[in-house]
Amino acid sequence: MKRRYDFTNRDIVSIRGFTREEIDYILEVSHSMEPLAERGSDMLRGKVLAELFFEPSTRTMLSFQTAMYKLGGNVIGFAEPGVSSVWKGESLADTVRVVENYSDVIVLRHPLEGAARLAAEYAKVPVINAGSGAEEHPTQALLDLYTILKHKGRIDGLSIILMGDLRYGRTVHSLAYALSLYDVDLHLVSPDLLKMRREVIEDIKDRIKVTEHTDLMEILPDADVLYVTRIQKERFPDLGEYEKVRGSYVIDLNVLKKAKDDLIVLHPLPRVDEIAVEVDSTSFAKYFEQTKNGVVVRMALLALVLGAIK
Amino acid sequence: MSKKTLRVSKIKDGTVIDHIARGRALDVIKILGIDGRSGGIVTIAMNVPSKKLGVKDMVKIEGRELNPEEVDKIALISPRATINIIRNYRVVEKQKVKLPSIVQGIIKCIKPSCISNSKKEPVKPKFYVVSENPLRLRCHYCNSILEEEDILKQF
Repeated sequence: MKRRYDFTNRDIVSIRGFTREEIDYILEVSHSMEPLAERGSDMLRGKVLAELFFEPSTRTMLSFQTAMYKLGGNVIGFAEPGVSSVWKGESLADTVRVVENYSDVIVLRHPLEGAARLAAEYAKVPVINAGSGAEEHPTQALLDLYTILKHKGRIDGLSIILMGDLRYGRTVHSLAYALSLYDVDLHLVSPDLLKMRREVIEDIKDRIKVTEHTDLMEILPDADVLYVTRIQKERFPDLGEYEKVRGSYVIDLNVLKKAKDDLIVLHPLPRVDEIAVEVDSTSFAKYFEQTKNGVVVRMALLALVLGAIK
Repeated sequence: MSKKTLRVSKIKDGTVIDHIARGRALDVIKILGIDGRSGGIVTIAMNVPSKKLGVKDMVKIEGRELNPEEVDKIALISPRATINIIRNYRVVEKQKVKLPSIVQGIIKCIKPSCISNSKKEPVKPKFYVVSENPLRLRCHYCNSILEEEDILKQF
């Protein structure tokens, strides 16, 4: 490893809080977790992770649990907004100040934007943001970068497409910011209604080349990575409008005929019909592997913030 | 009397807000909650020639001295304004408003789903100044950008 960073007790609230060097370090530590993910470890024995999920989640929650168990730690928490204290009207600030006495690290998912930042301001133990409103999902962005790096051997110099719901999809906000720390060409493809938020574009446009498109075919032939997100029907005030655009944002074998042979297709999941099932068995498809990479990246983050790796 | 003093006469006690950016006098009045239905005399001068700004606006408020929070609010929309506190026709205090790099507690985030708008939480809205002219702020909690019009709407 080139350089080490001490992440002990550090909150992982936003990808914006990281330098490129720190992200590179996290990705290196993630790589070193691969064998431990296979055989398990005692690295975090005696440590307790509290999962506070005020919004439903399957993958992220299970992924953090698996990461903690693989490192020998334990997990407590809840995964429903109707949980007693919340139902009684307890504030998030109070909840974290109680839960920090039971745990060594808090993983939080919350429907309000900025919730993880507020929780981190009140909690003495490190807080990891597992998704806050439509704003950020930093650990997903890190596992996306890890997957790209694993398959391409680099992130610099790549042509990367983010496609789908770029307005409300929190994973693409964090990922776009993370990618802007590298030397990439970033292409944003979405219907007009779901274009990337202006604050995200403002943040990244001075660092990297960003172009916006409504037609994927304009840029697919040169792309190295295609990151697909789901376009949700409920985002459209007019159903007719939704029906009109949805077909343009579905990836199938016919679309991929125009792509480079070594293109990789990623998706934060769950998928509905934006990637045809026929793509799953091709070498393009790396979206299920992303979830596996999520475990090693989260193992790395837990080990780092709990001071097991310095 | 010269034409100048006729236009903007001296006040006995109160505040003169000078060097307001052109066209912002009415916004300053709004920010200070002045509706003309109570309080002392309020004089508004617009498009006044100024050596410093070329053209400026001015507001004179009789019988009221601004507090620091009010000064901060003015800084948000007219960062070059000067505040003169007048007692017995004399300027006893003169200060330039200064837009701080962090604006806390004065305005709210525009995003309803931002945690800083939650009534349940012990949280004070906090913003970073991204640019002074045009004024743009970034929410500390949700990263939303507030434009000048978003800010003016709140007063």
